[in-house]
Amino acid sequence: MLTLLKKTIKTGWLNFIRNSAISIATCFIIGMTIFLITSLLIMKDVADYLINVIQEKVDISIYLKDTVAEEEILVLKDEIAKIPEVKEVQYVSRAEALDRFVERYKNNPVVIESLAEVGNPLLPALNVKAWQANQYDAVVSFLENSPSKDLIDKVDYHERKPVIDRISAMTATFNALGIIMSLVLAIVAILVAFNQVRLAIYNAREEIAIQRLVGASNWFIRGPFLAQGAISGVFAAVGAALIFSIAIFILSPKLTVLFSGLSISGVFLSKFWLLFFIQLLVGIGLGVVSSIIAMKKHLEV
Amino acid sequence: MLKFQNTTKIYDKNHIGSIAKVALDNVSFEVNKKEFVSVVGKSGAGKTTLLKLLLAEEKPTKGRVFFDGQDVHKIAKPSIFHLRRRIGTVFQDYKLLPTKTAYENIAYVLEVMGYEDEEISRDVPEVLKIVGLSDKSHSFPAEMSGGEKQRVVIARALIHRPDVIFADEPTGNLDPYHTSEILKLLLNINNFGTIIILATHNKEIVNNLKRRVITLENGKLIRDEEKGRFVL
Ligand SMILES: Nc1ncnc2c1ncn2[C@@H]1O[C@H](COP(=O)(O)OP(=O)(O)OP(=O)(O)O)[C@@H](O)[C@H]1O
Ligand SMILES: [Mg+2]
Repeated sequence: MLTLLKKTIKTGWLNFIRNSAISIATCFIIGMTIFLITSLLIMKDVADYLINVIQEKVDISIYLKDTVAEEEILVLKDEIAKIPEVKEVQYVSRAEALDRFVERYKNNPVVIESLAEVGNPLLPALNVKAWQANQYDAVVSFLENSPSKDLIDKVDYHERKPVIDRISAMTATFNALGIIMSLVLAIVAILVAFNQVRLAIYNAREEIAIQRLVGASNWFIRGPFLAQGAISGVFAAVGAALIFSIAIFILSPKLTVLFSGLSISGVFLSKFWLLFFIQLLVGIGLGVVSSIIAMKKHLEV
Repeated sequence: MLKFQNTTKIYDKNHIGSIAKVALDNVSFEVNKKEFVSVVGKSGAGKTTLLKLLLAEEKPTKGRVFFDGQDVHKIAKPSIFHLRRRIGTVFQDYKLLPTKTAYENIAYVLEVMGYEDEEISRDVPEVLKIVGLSDKSHSFPAEMSGGEKQRVVIARALIHRPDVIFADEPTGNLDPYHTSEILKLLLNINNFGTIIILATHNKEIVNNLKRRVITLENGKLIRDEEKGRFVL
């Protein structure tokens, strides 16, 4: 059994290298399909991450007049917390606000110096997070009709929803485009791989005829062609994984800046084996399916 | 063991210009275990067609062909290999693979049947020795004489100890010395119980054998005699 498997793979390998040009083309095109599918998977993770980051950020900052007493602020905080749409309210006192400000600008002596001159110019604030990006309006209208309106200096209304919508829309577009392109590439890959196997069947036609006459079973005859398809798939997957890894590690530092600190190479590494498994599966799947189609058409049983 | 029953084979007129050809005409005979049968007839009499029908390579136009009680042409295509493994064939046109050496051409029949490597490397040299080709085991068909190729084909037909050996003109390219060696070999195998069917137009060997002879003429079975002679 093992001997047979070894021979089958060996014959498949010989078929594979016999027409090296078309075999390279097959690997290349299957590899491209795998590359694209991997990119889509990574892109989905990146988009999820970005949307998460944005949603995590404060939605509405309510700055209060600096004359307002802390008790009053806390009462308002409780009132806001009662709005069903509100997920979380956080009170940031003047002192805390200053700490954060200093922390943020600690590397900027000019800002720190001028701060020392004016004292603490910051206002106490309530940071409000809604459950969903589209629920800010409820919070804002509550504030406008609230008796506490006078306490409020200004409301900083961070419009996150359009950003998230834009990211979602972009991801969806990229996804749709990517899926269509993957499908097109997959079809091209199947066609090329199909031709590779067809050529191998054609080259082996005399041998196949004799094999039949001396009592070879169908699976004995088919085996090497299936192996050949699988070999193309494995090479394509390994190649795609390699090139993808290199690309990720070159691009990752640049993309980290772009994507609010997300390390793409980190995402990639954490999922490397799952991704590689998917890549192998796609590669072998495409190769074997092509072989099966080629055999159905050109290897009468 | 093996039975042709009112078998007729007409080759289709599917090629441009060619007309339908009756290769076998209502042929009936039976071969039992341990028999050694010669099938004789002029070129074109239908000897090779018998073989093709037996291997289910061609379908009979009429009638039936049985092997071990089973109608050969009722076997589903994916299962035909079981039948073919039980018949060792010396093809008239050799059917050797040009890209394989003598050794590989023989070994590969065993591979097809799922033999282990050890068995293959044990049996093949032995069979090559039996047909006197030990020194040619690494030669490709193109590097061998007609008689040498013929002996490789004979080695390939008998290596897996089939129930039946159908030898289609196995001595056509052999000199008298090798002809008598091959005949001795076939007789020897027959002594161990293997059915031998020998298709030939070599009058001398048939007459020397003094075994059953079936004579075909224009696709018709015109004579079937125990201890027969080559008469045409
Ligand atoms: N595939 C085919 N298509 C059409 N006609 C065929 C085909 N094969 C054989 N024939 C014809 O059938 C007849 C019998 O052929 P067959 O090969 O059985 O003869 P044979 O007895 O083996 O002859 P030989 O001694 O020359 O080998 C011949 O007239 C041949 O031309
Ligand atoms: Mg013939």
